[in-house]
Amino acid sequence: MTDLTQLSLAEARDGLRAKDFTAVELTRAHVEAVAGARALNAYVLETPDQALAMAGASDERLAKGEGGPLEGLPLGIKDLFCTKDVRTTACSGILNDFTPAYESTVTTQLWRDGAVMLGKLNNDEFAMGSSNETSSFGPVVSPWRRDGSNAGADIEGTHLVPGGSSGGSAAAVAARLCLGATATDTGGSIRQPAAFTGTVGIKPTYGRCSRWGIVAFASSLDQAGPIARTVQDCAILLRSMAGHDPKDTTSADLAVPDYEAALGRGVKGLTIGIPKEYRIEGMPPEIGALWDQGRAWLEAAGAKVVEVSLPHTKYALPAYYIVAPAEASSNLARYDGVRYGLRVPGRDIAEMYENTRAEGFGREVKRRIMIGTYVLSAGYYDAYYVRAQRIRTLIKRDFEECYAAGVDAILTPATPSGAFGIGEKGSADPVEMYLNDVFTVTVNMAGLPGIAVPAGFDAQGLPLGLQLIGRPFDEETLFAAARVIEESAGPVTLPEPWWR
Amino acid sequence: MSVDEATVRRIAHLSRIAIEDADVPRMQGELNAILAFVEQLNEVDVAGVEPMTAVTPMRMKQREDVVTDGGKAAVIVGNAPASEDGFFLVPKVVE
Repeated sequence: MTDLTQLSLAEARDGLRAKDFTAVELTRAHVEAVAGARALNAYVLETPDQALAMAGASDERLAKGEGGPLEGLPLGIKDLFCTKDVRTTACSGILNDFTPAYESTVTTQLWRDGAVMLGKLNNDEFAMGSSNETSSFGPVVSPWRRDGSNAGADIEGTHLVPGGSSGGSAAAVAARLCLGATATDTGGSIRQPAAFTGTVGIKPTYGRCSRWGIVAFASSLDQAGPIARTVQDCAILLRSMAGHDPKDTTSADLAVPDYEAALGRGVKGLTIGIPKEYRIEGMPPEIGALWDQGRAWLEAAGAKVVEVSLPHTKYALPAYYIVAPAEASSNLARYDGVRYGLRVPGRDIAEMYENTRAEGFGREVKRRIMIGTYVLSAGYYDAYYVRAQRIRTLIKRDFEECYAAGVDAILTPATPSGAFGIGEKGSADPVEMYLNDVFTVTVNMAGLPGIAVPAGFDAQGLPLGLQLIGRPFDEETLFAAARVIEESAGPVTLPEPWWR
Repeated sequence: MSVDEATVRRIAHLSRIAIEDADVPRMQGELNAILAFVEQLNEVDVAGVEPMTAVTPMRMKQREDVVTDGGKAAVIVGNAPASEDGFFLVPKVVE
């Protein structure tokens, strides 16, 4: 039998339906791949027994012809999603060995549709980071290596980051340690790691997926979405993940389209905008060339490409670094050592809070809580927080005007560079790391959908991605246009498993 | 704007995060790097612009005011670092 981990999620689904193999066989192949890839540190918790039990139940349903849309397909779950009776930590020491008594809505829907859980995936602590280096479980190693690098499981050399915060999700998908993974995106945490690992990731419109049961970072920006190896696989997964949920008042009460059916629509007759403000100073020439190539592919497929202007683009990242920490400082106030997680004693209750939070939170999280506390504090609230929220209105207005002028989707690079080495960025100045999200963060600020799709390679042989930004709740156009880029670029040859 | 050491200590206390003396200068430097980065927002003319309160135009929904869940005290305190008889235990707060 061929190696079942090499299949795309769609191929595995079709193979199960055709009875070419069983869900237990498919799951066992993935469980073995996961156990053989611990050098990558992509999984923070493996659940092989649960996976095989779920696969056995899937085989019974498939035999009776009762299989759901994801029946028997093994997935990895970012450790930000609460999973009932399975430890959920957000990769923070402060959650310790928190074991939820409930299941997030997104994962509930995946299991409803028959998916199998392989385990919990590493991420930046509370999803705060762009390299997966802030995790309390340590960094994730990308399956990708620079051309000529033989850095191995036991060989010295610079390992690369998979991006973040959904670094475990992206690395596991690229290393074929699952058919697809859940992820979350507050400023680029799905699209940037997807771009760094040659995988596809979509952040849907704010409100498309329920946030209930996902550990909160910045509630007005957080959205769940999938990372997978093809555009089609992402379309299949998003259909199951999305949908209205009465438990999240910001979830949209809209029908979820059959995204897979939209894949073949193409871009003929569509207008694609190229925002001139994204051609930033100091952008490597290979990123500019990739962007031009993407434009040419879409034109060749029949799209009309126009230059557009989004004048407030450069203010999105600094405004984000006020809004997101402000919301985080409020959301993370709940970690007080009383109801769950870590407790470090003190002489009185205030000292207990302070000791618990000093020990439980990592450096990046403390920094963001403190910035958030500062910009919300008396005397600074208007100057920082309210001003940032006004600028957010302007950023959203830029996009609205662009779409009102007839643009169907916007094409940009996904990241300002390819992947970098572990420890190479942000140690002296946190802003150096934040600049990774310069092209993705605008989309969260405006609540829009965005997809990252592999489109080429940098000079070191590492994958680069393009981003398409859509109208609110028009993920279908993004899937159709991303499919055109995917087909034009040709299949990504993923790294051989040097980590085994 | 930038923060001095006293402000760093005050923010840490407001955030309920204990901070060691040796860490104050490093944290001060990092916070000031971020504050310098966001300084450019002052260039933007925001006169007459409403601050965003919700990113998608939607009416806040209200559910029926009925009890839908409950009766599970043991589950709720199940992850508590210290609990007794369905209560969370904390250090003494009233003398």
